[in-house]
Amino acid sequence: MKQKIVKWALIGLGALFVLIMLILPLATVLVYALRQGWETFSEAILDEYAIKALNLTLFTTVITVIVNTVFGIFAAWSIAKFRFRGKQILTTLIDIPFSISPIIAGLVFILVFGRIGWAYPLLELWNIKVVFAVPGIVLATIFVTFPFVSRELIPLMQAQGSDEEEAAALMGAGGFRIFRKVTLPNIKWGLLYGIILCTARSLGEFGAVSVVSGHLRGKTDTLPLHVEILFNEFKLTSAFAVSSILVLIAIIILILRNIVEYRVKKRGGVNDYVR
Amino acid sequence: MNRTMKLNRKKSRNVIPGFGLSMGVTVTMLSLIVLIPLFSVLLTLTNTTFQEFWSVVTDSQTVATYKVSLTCAAIAAVVNVFFGILLAWVLTRYEFPLRRMLDGLIELPFALPTAVAGIALTTLYSDQGWIGALFSKIGVKISYTKIGIVIAMIFIGIPFVVRSIQPVLEKLDPQYEEAAMALGASRSRIFFKVVFPEILPAALTGFGLAFARSIGEYGSVVFIAGNIPYKTQITPLIIMSKLEQFNYTAATSIALVMVVFAFILLFGINILQAWINKMARG
Repeated sequence: MKQKIVKWALIGLGALFVLIMLILPLATVLVYALRQGWETFSEAILDEYAIKALNLTLFTTVITVIVNTVFGIFAAWSIAKFRFRGKQILTTLIDIPFSISPIIAGLVFILVFGRIGWAYPLLELWNIKVVFAVPGIVLATIFVTFPFVSRELIPLMQAQGSDEEEAAALMGAGGFRIFRKVTLPNIKWGLLYGIILCTARSLGEFGAVSVVSGHLRGKTDTLPLHVEILFNEFKLTSAFAVSSILVLIAIIILILRNIVEYRVKKRGGVNDYVR
Repeated sequence: MNRTMKLNRKKSRNVIPGFGLSMGVTVTMLSLIVLIPLFSVLLTLTNTTFQEFWSVVTDSQTVATYKVSLTCAAIAAVVNVFFGILLAWVLTRYEFPLRRMLDGLIELPFALPTAVAGIALTTLYSDQGWIGALFSKIGVKISYTKIGIVIAMIFIGIPFVVRSIQPVLEKLDPQYEEAAMALGASRSRIFFKVVFPEILPAALTGFGLAFARSIGEYGSVVFIAGNIPYKTQITPLIIMSKLEQFNYTAATSIALVMVVFAFILLFGINILQAWINKMARG
């Protein structure tokens, strides 16, 4: 009897924490978005600048995910399939963006490509704008999400070993063929998991992008930056309406993530080997 | 045995193709995107004398931001360790309705854009918000105070702690707890003497990760903080305001302090992690 009371008290306390800290903020977004009716809501999300911001966010996310997936696969291939000196250092260096404030991630690109940056004269020569323009936004987003894919793939590929790849190589298959036919089927769920994490973070990145964007409306505003502008102009309903698009995407990502995580575990992925 | 292993090792180095290409791509991309830009922090500061650097990073307003960031992040991480252990325990040991949903919700702070979390928390805890209104009746303001900063940092840090502890609890052999129970120990005594020592390293890792993330966090904190110098200004925010004043040297100097601190923290967490792995194997 006493055990049961303790059990339900603990569950209740945990659920209360999740309700107050996680569910209520989510509910706030949806309730405030719709509090002035459907028309105000659709007006806010169909606004010209909101759509431009959405397009920029999607564009940035697609490029970021492609770049980081390519990097993740190459990095995991070299770290998991070969032995070399300095592997530990390389792994640590790849993880750097995790430990750095997004503000600093944005700042470093200003220090390279901004007016005071060492690469600025070169850019001026070719008339390219990076800071306060789209390339800067893309670069900052790539920086922040850089380790997401490799971090999922490295432990997974290490745990699976390289016997199958060796066999394929001995039978004469080339590197890309081995990857496509042998490695990829083994890591596809882990890869997808990394891509989902990378997508979620790229869609929502705020701090780094806010430093390099320059807030040019309709040009360098991503969706999270558009939310900030609306909120600071006290257009609460519009801010939350636009946020609700991002919330919807976040919920879809969360569900996908759970499905994929389940598949990864079932296939004997990372977590099973760690445990 | 030893010889065959050596042979195997040698073989595996030679057989699989693509080392040169993949290593080349990895190092090039890492250098271009992360290392060279990061190195620019030091490069920019070569024009600055140490006195200038020191006066910026020890300026009273800057020091006040360190204090706000560190104390709020520490308080939030302590709260998160408590609720993190509780949630990890509930999720691994009990079966109840909606358990899987609760488990999935823990990840919400990873999936929700930080700016959205920021404005939602600010509104929720402001005087007109659902929770803020309750507290303003008893004269407690949450949004635009340090309490608000702590709340945002709890939000951003909770998944780190839960996800650090959960796997340890899952693999913890229940026979020790059963043995302690058979010997007549009370449930709280079992928890503190048997379970707690096992999850302590994981809890410390979770604490470190949540603490590190909270110090660097910008999006979810900036709205609720209110950015009042000496009171609710956090370190990332003062870097941002220096940038807006085009004071790049000051921004970069403070950034360097944060980077060095983050590296020390990361180093500490890695040592802890290595120690945990050794304990788990041994």
